[in-house]
Amino acid sequence: MNAVVMQLTLRGLLGRRRALLLLVLPALLLVLAGIVRWASGADVFATVGLTENFAFGTLLPLMCLLIGTGVIGSEIDDGSIVYLLAKPLPRRTIILSKLAVAWGAAFVFAVLPLVAAVEIAGDDGGRLGLAYGVAATLAALTYTSLFVALSVVTRNAVIIGLLYALLWETVLGGYVPGIRNVSVRQWALATAESILGDYAYVWGVLSAVGQTAALGLLAATTVGAVVLAVRRLETLRLTATD
Amino acid sequence: MSTLVLDGVSRWYGNVVAANDVTMTVGPGITGLLGPNGAGKSTLIAMMGGFLAPSAGTVTLDGTAVWRHPDIYRAIGLVPETEAMYDMVTGWQFVVANARLHGLPDPAAAARRALETVEMMDAKDREIATYSKGMKQRVKMATALVHDPSVLLLDEPFNGMDPRQRLHLMDLLRRLGQEGRTVLFSSHILEEVEEIAGTIEVLVAGRHAASGDFRRIRRLMTERPHQYTIASSDDRRLAAAIVADGAADTVDLSGGSLAVRAPDVGRFVHALPRLARDNGVRLLEVSPADESLESVFAYLVAR
Repeated sequence: MNAVVMQLTLRGLLGRRRALLLLVLPALLLVLAGIVRWASGADVFATVGLTENFAFGTLLPLMCLLIGTGVIGSEIDDGSIVYLLAKPLPRRTIILSKLAVAWGAAFVFAVLPLVAAVEIAGDDGGRLGLAYGVAATLAALTYTSLFVALSVVTRNAVIIGLLYALLWETVLGGYVPGIRNVSVRQWALATAESILGDYAYVWGVLSAVGQTAALGLLAATTVGAVVLAVRRLETLRLTATD
Repeated sequence: MSTLVLDGVSRWYGNVVAANDVTMTVGPGITGLLGPNGAGKSTLIAMMGGFLAPSAGTVTLDGTAVWRHPDIYRAIGLVPETEAMYDMVTGWQFVVANARLHGLPDPAAAARRALETVEMMDAKDREIATYSKGMKQRVKMATALVHDPSVLLLDEPFNGMDPRQRLHLMDLLRRLGQEGRTVLFSSHILEEVEEIAGTIEVLVAGRHAASGDFRRIRRLMTERPHQYTIASSDDRRLAAAIVADGAADTVDLSGGSLAVRAPDVGRFVHALPRLARDNGVRLLEVSPADESLESVFAYLVAR
């Protein structure tokens, strides 16, 4: 990894206007958590509902999409990536440095607020917070890698990412059970399920995929995305204006 | 001292051929890549800089293929045409970051040297977003020069510059060329290129149309048949005199004015005033009919 690439990436991520969203969306979640606690009286079932439907299902992939495309997509779009590419740096180093920033940002802006929201809305001795925290961390790793790779592969990364996260995982996954087998969210939730043990059945924190298979799929997807991103960056064609 | 060699380089995008079997050697000194818009200059520079794979042929720098060899950037400095930089940092921070990305032993000293070269030390602590177009161009130059490269590639560096900035950049490029660096820049303006380039490579519609020093290119461009439209007090009389003199090989009176095609422009422009005076004809207007650069290029291609 390269410290300069990481610094430039971080400034690029936080220096643009869309960085505001990275603060607004988690703030929204915390406010919602407060409302849920007030309305339900810190009921764990209400917390699970808020997390499954909004925090884990919508906000987490959305934040990872913002971050994943923000660390490299904007530079590819405006062409400033050329300053990184015209350097004697292995392309692997560039991608891994950017991913490190993306992972860090996803943890700070998406995973921590999610855990905080669980605690605000109502937890049972930190059980739910721990389970969802670990699951969200795993999901964030895979989501950001996927969206970074998508940014290198296509200029329409945001749209495709949105379609995947919202349409595929949420809507289609809701109607067609088979789709849930091919869903980062379900893979990550398998870990939450096994951490919670028997409580998982009580609270309904269930995954469509078994724990071992889920971890394998998460790892394979993450590694595959990283390899793809490096490959495609090596042969990235910058738009010639000519 | 470094030499870029293009050997039979072609590049196509689907059905569109952007570069067609280009073979050229770019050595130390200043080379101008001249061609109209859309001729494939940016495509060619992208391939020289290792940002685009040739569809056929090879680009090598001192014997090493440039495609997929990031190590060549130790020797190559690139000034891209794109405006975008990292707007949220200062010019100084950006150039230092570039020096560090190159792994230079003393990034601050290298950045200072580069910014001094482009005369940007005064504004170095302002954010890049606040710079004018010319200042951005100079910071771009500084990032390209920070590692003291032996090859400098510039894509349309004079675009959007005011005359003073243009002179300043020309001085700088001249100096870099004299130091023995291989400097290649693209432009669609002949005057710009012949001002500073020792060698000119002309690219038209993706083809390498001509190559040589500016005198040769200038001659190729001027020693072609020129068309003039002339308005005078007696077109018919003047036409007869021109034909009798042999200064033009085609004279056409049908369009209401006098149209002339002269194979030797030097001879024609000297003969015309003399013929008019001797025959008592007043010249009201003499205008070249096809002086656009595109027609010049078209002629070179058809040649």
